[in-house]
Amino acid sequence: MADLETPAERRRLFTLLSPAYLWLTVAVFLPLSAMLFFSFLTDMPQDAPDWGVTLGNYAEFLTNPTYATLLRKSLTLAFTVTGFCILIGYPCALVLAKSIKGRSREALFLMVILPFWSNSLVRIFSWAIVLRGNGVLERAVNWLLPFDVRLNLMFTTDAVVIGLVHSYLPYVILTSYLALQAVDDDLIDAARSMGASKLTILRRILLPLSLPGLLAGAVLVFVPVVGSFMEPRILGGRMGTYYGTVIEDQFVAVYNWPLGAALSFILLAVVIAILAAASPVLKRAQT
Amino acid sequence: MSRVDVANVTKKFGHATALDDVSITFEDGGFFALLGPSGSGKTTLLRTIAGFYFPESGTIRIGEQNVEKVPVEKRDIGMMFQNYALFPNMTVADNVGFGLRVRKVPAAEEKRRIAEALELVQLGHLADRRPSQLSGGQRQRVALARAIVTNPRVLLLDEPLSALDKTLRVDMQIELKRIQREIGITTIFVTHDQEEALTLSDRIGILKDGRIVQAGPPREVYDRPVDAFAAGFLGEANWLPEAALPGLALPGAAAGRRFATRPEMLSISAQAPGEGRNAVKGRLLQRVFAGAMATCLVDVAGTQWKLVARDRDIPELPGGGEVWLSWDPSDTLAVPA
Repeated sequence: MADLETPAERRRLFTLLSPAYLWLTVAVFLPLSAMLFFSFLTDMPQDAPDWGVTLGNYAEFLTNPTYATLLRKSLTLAFTVTGFCILIGYPCALVLAKSIKGRSREALFLMVILPFWSNSLVRIFSWAIVLRGNGVLERAVNWLLPFDVRLNLMFTTDAVVIGLVHSYLPYVILTSYLALQAVDDDLIDAARSMGASKLTILRRILLPLSLPGLLAGAVLVFVPVVGSFMEPRILGGRMGTYYGTVIEDQFVAVYNWPLGAALSFILLAVVIAILAAASPVLKRAQT
Repeated sequence: MSRVDVANVTKKFGHATALDDVSITFEDGGFFALLGPSGSGKTTLLRTIAGFYFPESGTIRIGEQNVEKVPVEKRDIGMMFQNYALFPNMTVADNVGFGLRVRKVPAAEEKRRIAEALELVQLGHLADRRPSQLSGGQRQRVALARAIVTNPRVLLLDEPLSALDKTLRVDMQIELKRIQREIGITTIFVTHDQEEALTLSDRIGILKDGRIVQAGPPREVYDRPVDAFAAGFLGEANWLPEAALPGLALPGAAAGRRFATRPEMLSISAQAPGEGRNAVKGRLLQRVFAGAMATCLVDVAGTQWKLVARDRDIPELPGGGEVWLSWDPSDTLAVPA
């Protein structure tokens, strides 16, 4: 687009874009640079006059295997949560986009995005009430079933996964819904007229054509879940130590900002590496 | 290839009746046009034959099989959609081969039949393209190849040419007709374009409000419309006002009939024509020159008449002046009011 611009046009473009650039600089670039700077310090300047520059914080990640273990645990969690979000969210989006018409669709859609409207802490504590021993879920199950059931989901990895899936499911549903909505119904009719079963239509037409949306949703879920700390801490209890909670501890409990910053940037690098490795797949999905 | 029999089919959407006791037969190997204004039920009829809708009552037979309860996937039909509905994620060859792969045709045969179908629509060289890389006319050919590659019992076309511009449309009409003759497939096609219906089909069915008004060969429907709607919808009709009727020779005259003429049956002159011709007096409103042909708009006792003739056959006439329109009495259309 840049080729044909006159200087006047370029000036106007710059003027129009400058608020966005300013915003990016102030809200993203400066804090990130500061964090990157912190990650190479021995101590925070305001706390210790004898602060210096070091690579020690990054070395700490390599020498102490706990961090790598926790990072692996967090990545596993993120893959699990993303997987469940896809398994639950895509069929939801499919039904919303292709089976339900009219007003009931709007009502259902509202219910899908409702988790977005509630405060996340409230949401997580509600799950705690539902999941704890003798909680809402356990009582309901016991009321339904004749024999005694002990669920004891609270303070388990399962509880963390449930809470995270509930929080992030709307992303997958929304992006998949939009992608599926864009698939012309005539394509489905055409496939049916050629004798295709529902499964064939899903596999060869709907899924390939909505894959960009589904993957966008998956990325939107995966990235924040790797670094999540609130759900693991509240719903996971003793099991809830993850990479994200360790970073949080560095900032709010241990006050070791340089280590927290270094761990954050290692996480950022790993996430970028994973997305880069997946990008051939993502790109193919665009065509 | 099979004939299709639709008998007493009624289809409702909620309280709206889309098809009202429709019975019609589509002969084996015929090219049948369903013509009607929007909302007349022509697309509903096509989609009911295809199997997208199930009728509330009535029977549909394709060949010897009753299919009114068979879903579209199992009806063995070929269908072409208004916007072609090509799968954008597949190449031309994969689009055409979709129905074959669904039927688990062996790979070698699949390849051969894809090539054959693409050859038939003269697109063999574009097999590896994506639909987005094709022109409108090419997409249309791919859609046609895709619809016929499985050798369906019947080919259904839903306004297949309406998205093309005029020149291309005429080319495609000729092409469609050639291919239909070549493979001899029973073809039913929906259109609101009367010229297209007349050009392509060997039988026409005119629909209105979910009923078949008239069905028959194009010439018969054009020359002998059964009612005022058919007369006005297929071709144009100049209606004779009550006041002009006395003194005219009107074959088929009976109580409660209305009379009309076709624009191309009329001749125009400044003086009253001779004996043996029906004539009405009017005032020339406009003369529109269109190359070989010309159109005259004439006010006849308050109704506007239209005349179409070769431009050279129309004499010089004073604008706004009195003119006579005349026609052979046997060319009069008489329909129940």
